[in-house]
Amino acid sequence: MAARKTAAKSNTSKDELLAYYRDMLLIRRFEEKAGQLYGMGLIGGFCHLYIGQEAVVVGLEAAAEEGDKRITSYRDHGHMLACGMDPKGVMAELTGRAGGLSKGKGGSMHMFSKEKHFYGGHGIVGAQVPLGAGLAFADKYKGNGRVSFAYFGDGAANQGQIYETFNMAALWKLPVIFVIENNQYAMGTAQRRSTSTPDLYTRGEAFGIPGEVVDGMDVLAVKAAGEKAVAHCRAGDGPYILEVKTYRYRGHSMSDPAKYRTREEVQKIREERDAIEHVRELILQGKHATDDDLKAIDRDIKAIVNEAAEFSRESPEPDVSELWTDIYA
Amino acid sequence: MATEILMPALSPTMEEGKLAKWLVKEGDKVTSGQILAEIETDKATMEFEAVDEGTVGRILVAEGTEGVKVNTPIAVLVEEGESAGATPAPKAAPAAAPAGVAAEPAAVAATAISAPAAPAVDASPDWPAGTPMKTMTVREALREAMAEEMARDEDVYLMGEEVGEYQGAYKISQGLLDQFGPKRVIDTPITEHGFAGIAVGSAFGGLRPIVEFMTFNFAMQAIDQIINSAAKTLYMSGGQMGCPIVFRGPNGAAARVAAQHSQDYAAWYAMVPGLKVVMPYSAADAKGLLKTAIRDPNPVIFLENEILYGRSFDVPDMEGFTIPFGKAKVWREGTDVTLVSFGIGMSHTLEAADKLAAEGISAEVIDLRTLRPLDTGTVIRSVMKTNRCVTVEEGWPVCSIGNHISAVLMQEAFDWLDAPVINCTGKDVPMPYAANLEKLALVTSDEVVAAAKKVTYR
Repeated sequence: MAARKTAAKSNTSKDELLAYYRDMLLIRRFEEKAGQLYGMGLIGGFCHLYIGQEAVVVGLEAAAEEGDKRITSYRDHGHMLACGMDPKGVMAELTGRAGGLSKGKGGSMHMFSKEKHFYGGHGIVGAQVPLGAGLAFADKYKGNGRVSFAYFGDGAANQGQIYETFNMAALWKLPVIFVIENNQYAMGTAQRRSTSTPDLYTRGEAFGIPGEVVDGMDVLAVKAAGEKAVAHCRAGDGPYILEVKTYRYRGHSMSDPAKYRTREEVQKIREERDAIEHVRELILQGKHATDDDLKAIDRDIKAIVNEAAEFSRESPEPDVSELWTDIYA
Repeated sequence: MATEILMPALSPTMEEGKLAKWLVKEGDKVTSGQILAEIETDKATMEFEAVDEGTVGRILVAEGTEGVKVNTPIAVLVEEGESAGATPAPKAAPAAAPAGVAAEPAAVAATAISAPAAPAVDASPDWPAGTPMKTMTVREALREAMAEEMARDEDVYLMGEEVGEYQGAYKISQGLLDQFGPKRVIDTPITEHGFAGIAVGSAFGGLRPIVEFMTFNFAMQAIDQIINSAAKTLYMSGGQMGCPIVFRGPNGAAARVAAQHSQDYAAWYAMVPGLKVVMPYSAADAKGLLKTAIRDPNPVIFLENEILYGRSFDVPDMEGFTIPFGKAKVWREGTDVTLVSFGIGMSHTLEAADKLAAEGISAEVIDLRTLRPLDTGTVIRSVMKTNRCVTVEEGWPVCSIGNHISAVLMQEAFDWLDAPVINCTGKDVPMPYAANLEKLALVTSDEVVAAAKKVTYR
């Protein structure tokens, strides 16, 4: 990963920086709380936390406009919070309660919001990528000028359907941004052990899809790259690939023994590369806020997350009749 | 305020674990994300991280302790300025969490197969008496259904291999490119997994795709998108996001194309909740059911048959003609035995009914037409009259549609049966190429006749 360079650009406003700080912190605190609830047995099954990768979605959401669509894999809580879905509804879905966004029937990996143009939350590695191109296909068909963000990881980047999709997306000039969140581990397999060529942003070259690599621990860099990609898509020039280099602090899922990397490796990134600390420094250096102001934000976020956790514990389990609903429209 | 740190569940199945090692000691300051301890679960040794900041006030469970139940307090964290001595005594272990491995609700356990009651029998005619008829092939009927629905709704489009300029690998889409243009009649690369996924995504995005598979054998490449993405999303989204899409194309054996191109997928798809599955025999049903499929807000699997494409039938010549799903058709009334089939199986079945009539056995012939929803009511009502049933299909015998019909009759019409139900199916082998072997592998009308005689004890 490239060393950090981006200082706050002169045109990055105080409000923007504070908003990024807040949005990233919400994801981190939410995920920490989810990990805690999992530990208490309140969340079951698989639970994939986004801690460490917050700058990716927050940066790209800053580049999106109202009506643009997004779709991702099962590591999806951050994407939902970043596009404005209610933390209470997300957390209650994690606990499998009636107040969850899918009425408790989807769980951590399967949530949706038509209102916020969030199309899931998909549990099969790579399957969301053709689906994302399909969202873009629908937008192009309707001629509405919208773009779609199809997020996937470095692991999914080796799935065959991605390349079937690259081919058609380029052929039909679909307005889709393929966002490869490269957190360097496909579950427990390091990229160098799974991937013949390391530069995933070049994976579209054979199809004529431009790509670039971005420092995913730098929200401003992510936003800038996102704006470029969005402009390309909205101009009708077809798909764009962003390889966003990031890092996941926690395990692949909650039941990850983390034997494939050292504790020191994780600690080093946390200490030297953390995306939230980066924005915090920019805010303090630029005198956009005081330490006390930031502490007040921290308290606000903590209250939101605690409220979500409380809601997720108090919301009842779905009524047994829900077993038989929503099978057919 | 002091916070209790509880023994965490670190895998979906963990109930207790060993506190292998503490990485902090009493009096240490900890930050969120810092590793506190190593815990051995039923699967592996895991690191356990702090969520809150603070100072370790007391360690309540010593390292090396085995069998520590999930949610037992293992340490106490105090905030800055708070002394460890002020730590309250730990409470007893809290009651087990409500979620986790909760027992299934008892009330719904018993009704796994057919949740709501069996559909009422709808014996109304498919079109009004006196409707003028025209003769057309199944191929023309399918084309007409698509053309009418595409003219009716701008959001309907057709996608698949060779559907456009080639005019359809089996000429089902002949003329549609000229009529609707390349925006709505889209030739794809040979890439079933990818284009099925794109089509499903476009349905999430508000369109109503018709995906033609050159044959359903190739849909195996795309079956993940059909089942995991198309069929399950409405449920997983709590009803928010449906997937109006039709997957159609020829299914089952053609002639002399051998194992990889000759398979009947009826039972595979019919098993999946969230899908609707249609397998028409006649041209009228092909047209009326395809129009219903295109208008349906759910994913529909529409199984055609290459051998039937060129067969001609009478089709009603009327505006707005459709056939509803879940309504079987009684092709021939009879009193001695009920023959149940669908798709090309109907050819063998109707032929068998003629042969049986010549021998004085009166067969009632039912065409299921849709396999999900399945009109079991019409079958049961017929069996209450004939007391005997033979099912006919080209697919394999294990877990076949016939097996399911038999199970339904066992459960819901046992007292009406005078003989065990016989399932006539394709043989339990991959389709051979050699002409004589292929003939043996397929179900025949003679086998249906033999089965009907057996259940009528003739």
